[in-house]
Amino acid sequence: MKQIPAPFWTLVLGIAVTLISLWVGQNHNLLPVQASEQAPLVDDLFGVMVTIGTALFIVVQGAIVYSMIRFRRRKGDDTDGPPIEGNLPLEAFWTAIPSIIVVGLGLYSVVVFQEMGGFSPGGHHGHGAMVAMAPQQSVIDVAPLLAQMGPGENADADVYSKSQVYGFGASPLLQPNQPDVTVNVTGMQFAWIFRYPDTGITDGELHIPVGKDVQLKIEAQDVIHSFWVPQFRLKQDALPGEPGELRFVATREGTYPVVCAELCGSYHGAMRTQVIVHSPEDYADWVASRVAEATSTTTVAQPLENPSDAEYLAAMVKDRPTAIAPDLAQSPVQIAQMDHTQMDHGAAQNP
Amino acid sequence: MAQAEVSIKPTEAQGGHGHPDKWKWYDYFTFNVDHKVIGIQYLVTSFLFYLVGGFMAVLMRTELATPDSDFLSPELYNAFLTNHGTIMIFLWIVPAAIGGFGNFLIPLMIGARDMAFPKLNALAFWLNPPAGAVLAASFFLGGGAQSGWTSYPPLSEITANLPQTLWCVALIMVGTSSILGSVNFLVTIWKMRVPSMAWDQMPLFCWAMVATSILALFATPVLAAALILLTFDINFGTSFFKPDAGGNVVVYQHLFWFYSHPAVYLMILPIFGIMSEVIPVHARKPIFGYKAIAYSSLTICLVGLFVWVHHMFTSGTAPWMRIFFTISTLIVAVPTGVKIFSWVATLWGGKIRYTTAMLFAVGLLSMFVFGGLSGVTLGAAPFDIHVHDTYYVVGHFHYVLFGGSVFGIYSGVYHWFPKITGRMLNEGLGKVHFVLTFIGTILTFTPMHNLGMQGMPRRVAMYDPQFAHLNQLVTVGAYILAVSVIPFYINVIWSWMAGAKAGPNPWNALTMEWTTDSPPIIENWEVLPVLTHGPYEYGMDKADQVGPAGEPTEATRV
Repeated sequence: MKQIPAPFWTLVLGIAVTLISLWVGQNHNLLPVQASEQAPLVDDLFGVMVTIGTALFIVVQGAIVYSMIRFRRRKGDDTDGPPIEGNLPLEAFWTAIPSIIVVGLGLYSVVVFQEMGGFSPGGHHGHGAMVAMAPQQSVIDVAPLLAQMGPGENADADVYSKSQVYGFGASPLLQPNQPDVTVNVTGMQFAWIFRYPDTGITDGELHIPVGKDVQLKIEAQDVIHSFWVPQFRLKQDALPGEPGELRFVATREGTYPVVCAELCGSYHGAMRTQVIVHSPEDYADWVASRVAEATSTTTVAQPLENPSDAEYLAAMVKDRPTAIAPDLAQSPVQIAQMDHTQMDHGAAQNP
Repeated sequence: MAQAEVSIKPTEAQGGHGHPDKWKWYDYFTFNVDHKVIGIQYLVTSFLFYLVGGFMAVLMRTELATPDSDFLSPELYNAFLTNHGTIMIFLWIVPAAIGGFGNFLIPLMIGARDMAFPKLNALAFWLNPPAGAVLAASFFLGGGAQSGWTSYPPLSEITANLPQTLWCVALIMVGTSSILGSVNFLVTIWKMRVPSMAWDQMPLFCWAMVATSILALFATPVLAAALILLTFDINFGTSFFKPDAGGNVVVYQHLFWFYSHPAVYLMILPIFGIMSEVIPVHARKPIFGYKAIAYSSLTICLVGLFVWVHHMFTSGTAPWMRIFFTISTLIVAVPTGVKIFSWVATLWGGKIRYTTAMLFAVGLLSMFVFGGLSGVTLGAAPFDIHVHDTYYVVGHFHYVLFGGSVFGIYSGVYHWFPKITGRMLNEGLGKVHFVLTFIGTILTFTPMHNLGMQGMPRRVAMYDPQFAHLNQLVTVGAYILAVSVIPFYINVIWSWMAGAKAGPNPWNALTMEWTTDSPPIIENWEVLPVLTHGPYEYGMDKADQVGPAGEPTEATRV
């Protein structure tokens, strides 16, 4: 009976660790459903990191546990271990391998970042729709103006005229195009307001069509908020005075949470609403019904006083409302965002 | 002991000392300039603040046992989350690891009688208790600062102005303390080693403290600047960070993180130093790769100054920044990996003693592997966009700060308690402490990663009911951690009064602090010691007495 040589067992262990890591990287099920074109890109990067991480975890923890058992002090043995002070080739090896791994991960991250549109925020921010952000204009006035306005004509209408927009722009494929839908997103204590400049709709929930190129222009009215839809894998802080953008194509119909991810005050945790990804037909119906509603009442759901950012912030400093922003108390927006318990998360989670 | 204490010359030749033979208990409550007194002052104070910060964590986890805000008011919850972070960082880990162990051990490890600037040292310590008092006052004068330990404007400028100002004052005080301490450490290590100790014969804890001090010197003044500007914005009508008056909110974030990212290395580098001391002693083997560990501390210090924007990947940061800081952040994994591999290699082939100090050190190693790997995933901007400001981040940094730094502090206490007090800690209670802490840590901080990835943001008092089950698990883990400190505090108090006498060198360790009495006499040695061997030469001397297994016997060393 010959003993099996050590390299054989090393090989077997290596194969086992590789297979387990590959399996874990594919089957970890840690992330929620993918609902945007960016989501699979992010998840693939995470999957690779989980694969490498699992391998390293097993090897290092294995070595720790093995050492703790195999090299424990035996009863009565008060001697020291062997005086090994280092091993240059081994140390070079475990410096080089992680270096190669992190360089590889870095390059891969750059590729993913580019495909997500990370290099082109603000690429086409001159869209004429922005004029509708001026709050005094009603839906009826704006619509005909919009039709005549070409891209870029009113680029100085708001903070988007700044040279730097932060966030994610169009992916390289979509860069030559104008977005299909633009929504102006405003964060305030403790609600999200979604304004559709093309139609004049204002809502407390985000409605978008599936498969269309959607651009969110993100701003904050008072303090920093952060717009996050976990199922889209996208997040951008809403910064007072600094424009943010997220541009994406939703790939899966459903209702997903919109979460504020930046501490914004006492009711930060309640600053939740939802995004409804419609089929194109449903989206058209929704737009039609909202426009009809708005025309029949001739008023848009707006904050009653329409304070400017400066006025709003000044009021906050002086009075420091302890609860919900008072201006919004009667707005349907507020009601929508407070009623988070109705959110249909079940549908959005893993089937 | 191969350590020869050859007499150079008695130092009292300069003329009589102004101190008694032995400190009385009340000397520990005074402006005492002995580095050992100051080290103990730091340690005891920080362990008290640890209880305060932990109490806040328990209350927060109790609130989070249910999705609704039904236990604390949201304002109080935010005050607790702000001050939990602030206390745990600035009044627990930093003062315990740097102030406590650094001050007590550095002069003893390099053969000095005290730090280079003893009065500065005492001043640095005495900035801490008033800082803690100011933080406590902020609770009674307006409910505590509520805008997170990051205190981003504009929130920090419109919320709880007086407590926020007090918070800034407290942090500027501990920041000043940190700067003073760093100068002291650098000068002491540079100039006050015994003449026979070359740089590469220094214990690795000293290398770690060099890296820590350089980092603190570069980074802390920037935090002080940010907080002074914030204080002015809040109280004196300036508008550095007010967007409606021409200020910029992102500038604060840069200033803040330029300090606060290096701050995580301030909290872990001294702990790495403790690891490099504890593991060889209890594995009875020389440290594996001395130079690699020493230089990796300096590399972390250097690279660590250029990674701060990874806290701002979703903020107002340009694409090039998000990419540049992705790559610089990932690079930190390399020197950190070198350390971890070196410690594992030190264990390999050793004769590992299952002391509580060693258990916590190995527990740290295990925790840090996981925390380090999740850190790499956070470094990659595309993934960080998804999990930034979620419980994934909370899980990650508690793995490295609790599973890392706090485990390291525990390990250091179990290892050096005999030196500090002259008495042994009870090993049985220590093991109970370790098992509870280990289980509690995994149970508390692992599910947080799942929560974050699934969609739960951090710093919320109320959350989506779908996350309730995992949160309850986390809360149970937190309660176990709360219970785990009970055997520890009992052990420390009881052993300090009535533990078994330790003797100068209960672990048969080779670094210089073990050559003097336990506790060390005032001014550390009767005559200054001379270095005859390196700090980690286990199993090396007296080849003529090699045992039958080809290994030197313990008897040859003692």
